[in-house]
Amino acid sequence: MAQRGDPQDDAGARWPTARAIAAGVRDGSRRATEVLQAFEARADATEPAIHAYLLRARDQARAAAEAIDAAREAGRPLGPLAGVPIGLKDIFVTEGIETRCGSRILEGWVPPYAGTHARRLAEAGAVITGKLAMDEFAMGSSSQSTPYPAVRNPWSPEHVPGGSSGGSAAAVAAGSCAAALGSDTGGSIRQPASLCGVVGLKPSYGRVSRHGMIAFASSLDQAGPLTRDVRDAAVLLQVLAGPDPHDATCLDAPVPDYLAACERGAQGLRVGVHRAALDHEALEPEVREAFERSLAVLADAGATLVDVELPHAEHAVATYYVLCTAEAASNLARYDGIRYGHREARPSLRQTYEATRERGFGAEVKRRVLLGTFVLRKESYAAYYGQAQKVRSLIVRDYAQAFARCDLLASPTAPGPAFRRGERDEDPLAMYLSDVFTVGANLAGLAAISIPAGLSHATAERPALPIGVQLSAPVLGEPTLLAAAAAHEDRSEHHRRRPPTAEAIA
Amino acid sequence: MSPAYEPVIGLEVHCQLQTASKMFSACPVGIGAPPNTLVDPYTLGLPGTLPVPNAQAVRHGIALALACGCELHPQSRFARKHYFYPDLPKGYQITQSDHPYATGGSLEVPGFTDAHGQPKRVPLTRIHFEEDAGKNTHVLGEDHSLVDYNRAGAPLLEIVSEPALGSPDEAAAYLRELRTLVRTLGISQANMEEGTLRCDANVSLRPRGQATLGTRCEIKNLNSFRFLAQAIAAEIRRQLDLLERGEAVVMATLSYDPERDRTRIMRTKEAAADYRYLPEPDLPPLSIPAAWVEEIRSSLPPLPAARRARYAQQGIAADDAVLLAAEPELGDYLDRMLDAGAPGPKAANWVTGELLAKLRSDGRDPSASPVSPEALAELVGMVERDEVSGRSAKAIFATLYTEADPSQSPRAIAERDGHRQLSDDAAIEAVVREVLEGSPGQVQQYRAGKTKLRGYFVGQVMKRTQGRANPRVLNELLDRLLDPDAPEG
Repeated sequence: MAQRGDPQDDAGARWPTARAIAAGVRDGSRRATEVLQAFEARADATEPAIHAYLLRARDQARAAAEAIDAAREAGRPLGPLAGVPIGLKDIFVTEGIETRCGSRILEGWVPPYAGTHARRLAEAGAVITGKLAMDEFAMGSSSQSTPYPAVRNPWSPEHVPGGSSGGSAAAVAAGSCAAALGSDTGGSIRQPASLCGVVGLKPSYGRVSRHGMIAFASSLDQAGPLTRDVRDAAVLLQVLAGPDPHDATCLDAPVPDYLAACERGAQGLRVGVHRAALDHEALEPEVREAFERSLAVLADAGATLVDVELPHAEHAVATYYVLCTAEAASNLARYDGIRYGHREARPSLRQTYEATRERGFGAEVKRRVLLGTFVLRKESYAAYYGQAQKVRSLIVRDYAQAFARCDLLASPTAPGPAFRRGERDEDPLAMYLSDVFTVGANLAGLAAISIPAGLSHATAERPALPIGVQLSAPVLGEPTLLAAAAAHEDRSEHHRRRPPTAEAIA
Repeated sequence: MSPAYEPVIGLEVHCQLQTASKMFSACPVGIGAPPNTLVDPYTLGLPGTLPVPNAQAVRHGIALALACGCELHPQSRFARKHYFYPDLPKGYQITQSDHPYATGGSLEVPGFTDAHGQPKRVPLTRIHFEEDAGKNTHVLGEDHSLVDYNRAGAPLLEIVSEPALGSPDEAAAYLRELRTLVRTLGISQANMEEGTLRCDANVSLRPRGQATLGTRCEIKNLNSFRFLAQAIAAEIRRQLDLLERGEAVVMATLSYDPERDRTRIMRTKEAAADYRYLPEPDLPPLSIPAAWVEEIRSSLPPLPAARRARYAQQGIAADDAVLLAAEPELGDYLDRMLDAGAPGPKAANWVTGELLAKLRSDGRDPSASPVSPEALAELVGMVERDEVSGRSAKAIFATLYTEADPSQSPRAIAERDGHRQLSDDAAIEAVVREVLEGSPGQVQQYRAGKTKLRGYFVGQVMKRTQGRANPRVLNELLDRLLDPDAPEG
């Protein structure tokens, strides 16, 4: 098997990794402008069917690519992401580029300041291709909860790409950007990564700044990369991670060499499995089979499998929805039509508030704001929010006890492959169950990653669709997480599979 | 006040901290700037912005808590208080709710004593940090309001007293003392006109002698000391009127109408807002390092209550002591005079009288006084030793102040301008004898009972000594030499 991380290993220019692009731009074998043109051409071809982009920042992207080429010609040093076309979920604030968070209520808002993510990526030489579509305010698991064109899964346009970072996962899968940034509050990076067959990394809470990431549920939100392979995720994390004076919750811990960590292998790692969770009624047999194969791959790489208990795991989804709706109701209070974004002007202040929020927010956002407002009422606070906080601390304790026995936890990422568009629109509770394997990492602030684990069998009802496996590590356990994920990847070909639509275009 | 009922008053005071930037962002903070010029993405509540606590504001808060003897909590928490209003950019205010950084402590109210005759100390419930809201202006006759976010996010301390104040005057004195204290600490301008000191008052009445409190009502936005006392008095009248008619006081929020000198109900408890408090997820618990506390404790300036106690021991009048403690720079000036050996009560008289009048009319701070404390101490000493008369001393002070020449001492001015008092008995006696001998007729008339002529003799002596004769010595000599029984010549 050829060595990983070698740019020659990727099938020429057709599906280069971010590392291969940056290496080529740095050594002069590729020009950033040409790389951008290739990705733009692919986006032009895929977008009409996929709708991964909410906005393509063509002018800014071209200017950035030209600046990289000019810097190279002037002999100036180039960053680790030199010339890499990267798409940003629309939840990230981009100075001078409209940022809507997928919502009508922010329509027309052009941020006057630079968020930490866009700034760090640009400083590393990345070329920001545009704003990727999402569920409105990151509330959803399908990227269908939006007033804008819904994102399609590049593996099957009649299926959802997952959410809320569905645009990010679909763009990476379709090859309309080399890598993307997403946000994960309850699984919003990992679940779409799983459904689109790409890598999605949710770092530990506080590992990456939240400054410039529009808040949904502040105590759970975390930014992270969606990439073609594990090592690309490590490279992006390297650029994004580290303390930020603009975020008081950002961790002050040193940033290790994540790419080096990918070469450590899985030898001797103890991988814990919470077997009881695999009996969940929503878990599809094919997903369970793929998961067991992934465990075998990890064992083959030298990992030891151990059984662990997470006694309060069954309460995680309920706990999550109480906490995230409460925080969301609070975080979304600022969208009142007074200072920025959409305003429905009415004769009185109260009417203006009501009309702006009634028309500016979609149904799912309003549902969560109402739920959150309810749980924060003085009369219900103790029974809902207070209780959920208590359960959250029990869940944190469960993980601490589990990690005393293992280095990593493994589980499926999502209960099934992509579901059909519209299938769960009328059943929010079924939609919420998409998060059953992912919310725990958010509640406990863990690092977690979803990596491709195979495809489902094509049937009359649906084509072959990607399945993901999730690994979780304790807070700041990214190096171990990446080591095991890379070891898994090195022993499988899943991440090399391309969706048929993208293959046809490329 | 009715003999049957007694009022119980508690104050909630908001004090804007003197810092370069706002409570949770690097945005500059200030008074009087054009609207919406002191704003940044955080202040405007732009999406994606996050709060970061201001270390200087926290240090100021620690100083006040130490000065009031509060319990400082090494870990406190922030919370979000929600309501919708255009002046609140995020739809919530970051404050401290269940876990304030300081609890307990007390504040002495000068001029008021407790049941044991000791200086009254009002216990504090808590002090906590919060950020200010912006300012809405309703444009009369227009269909819109204007919002200025300069003030939004400004750092505030909220100081909540226990319901332990017994009268409107006591409440005003408490607020004045709090103003004195924060100014002494240098943590706030505490100016009610500019809104850097604001006050809400809780007022209840109870039958005299009863331990439990009556139903309280809160008067909002009392923006001057006068209105504070008037509003509380008006609210006491309103509640008393209800109670005496046998009606119940209903918990309510009121405003004060100074035109009609009445409080007016804005909303009752049934309509009270639910602020839907949420632990602030954007901020970790506020940790107060022990090293900060010790550093701040060791650098606290002399506190007003301690200053008043020290002045009282030195025999300085209580009114002077209150004034000197309320204007710490003036107190510092006096302290330098005392260090230079000036006697306390006299020195205090000079500082709160002659000096303060001059400074005020010139709009100068005591530190900018043209007359140094040491010079004034020397002048007071000269009066004490009868080297100059009180009248001359005032003239010398005026000269020192006007000439503003630090190389000139009061003694040199006294010499130069001939203010040195004649206290040499023999010298004065020679002049007195000269005058009496030159006015035999007047002496005769005086001895015959026309004692009004004494003024004439004093005038003549003063004329010949250019007013420098020590009046005490002169009077003694006149008594002796004009005595009818005294031996002639």
